[in-house]
Amino acid sequence: MAEKTINLHYTIDGNNFTTAGQASSNIKKVLKQLGVYPEAIRKAAISMYEGEINTIIHGKGGEANVAISPETITIVFTDNGPGISDIDKAMQEGFSTATDEARELGFGAGMGLPNMKKYSDSMTIESQVGKGTTVTMIIKLN
Amino acid sequence: MTVREFIEKNDLQIITEGDLEKEIDGCYIGDLLSLAMSRVEEGQVWITIQGNVNIAAVAALTDPACILLVDGRGIDEATKIKAQEQGINILGTALSAYEAACRLFQQS
Repeated sequence: MAEKTINLHYTIDGNNFTTAGQASSNIKKVLKQLGVYPEAIRKAAISMYEGEINTIIHGKGGEANVAISPETITIVFTDNGPGISDIDKAMQEGFSTATDEARELGFGAGMGLPNMKKYSDSMTIESQVGKGTTVTMIIKLN
Repeated sequence: MTVREFIEKNDLQIITEGDLEKEIDGCYIGDLLSLAMSRVEEGQVWITIQGNVNIAAVAALTDPACILLVDGRGIDEATKIKAQEQGINILGTALSAYEAACRLFQQS
C-alpha cells in the first residue's frame, strides 16, 4: 500500500480508440505493485477505462489525474468537450449519444457512466454545456 | 481444463498466444465492451465476435483465460500486435457462441 500519496497524470487523445485502455492498464499495474487488494484494482480499472472511453468518444480528448493515498484512489477526468446538458438522463443505463463509429466498435451501450458510478464509492459530475465536463471518482481502500 | 486442452478438444485456431496453461473457469458471452468490462471475470473464456483493438484493452483489465472469437471472425493486425504484447490468448473458431459455450460446459 502507498505510504504517501502518489499522483499520476495522463493525457487522453480525442477520437483515438486504439490508445483507449493505456491509462487504465498503467493504473492497474501501479496498484498491483502497491499491493492493493484485487477487488479495489478491478473497481479502479473499470472506472478508469470507462472514463477514458468517455473522454475519447464524447470529450474530444482531455486528461486524467489519479491520486493514490493509503485510504483512497481518486480519479479525476477533465475534458473540453460539449458538456452534458442533462446529467440525470446521461446516468440512465442504456442512454447514449455515441456515434455510429463508436457503436460499431462495441461502445455506446449507455453503460459508461452507470458503470463508473457502480464501481466507484462516490462519483460527482460537473459539466457546463459548451465548456466541458469533469468527473471525479473515489474508490476507498479500507 | 486449461486453455491448451480447450484448444485441442475443439480444434480451435490460436490467433495470439500468451499462457496456454491458464485454467478456465466459466465463460461470458458478449460484444458490448462496457458490459464485457464489468462482467468478464478472471479465468473465464470471453466469447465474442468483436475483433477490434479494444478487446485487448478489456482483456488486459479483466484477465480472462482467453478470448474466443466465434462465427469465423478475425482480428486486424493492430489488435494482434497489442494482444501479443500483453500476453493475451485469442482463439478463433467457426462455431457459434452457443455451440462453443455448450462444448465448454460439457467439457469442464
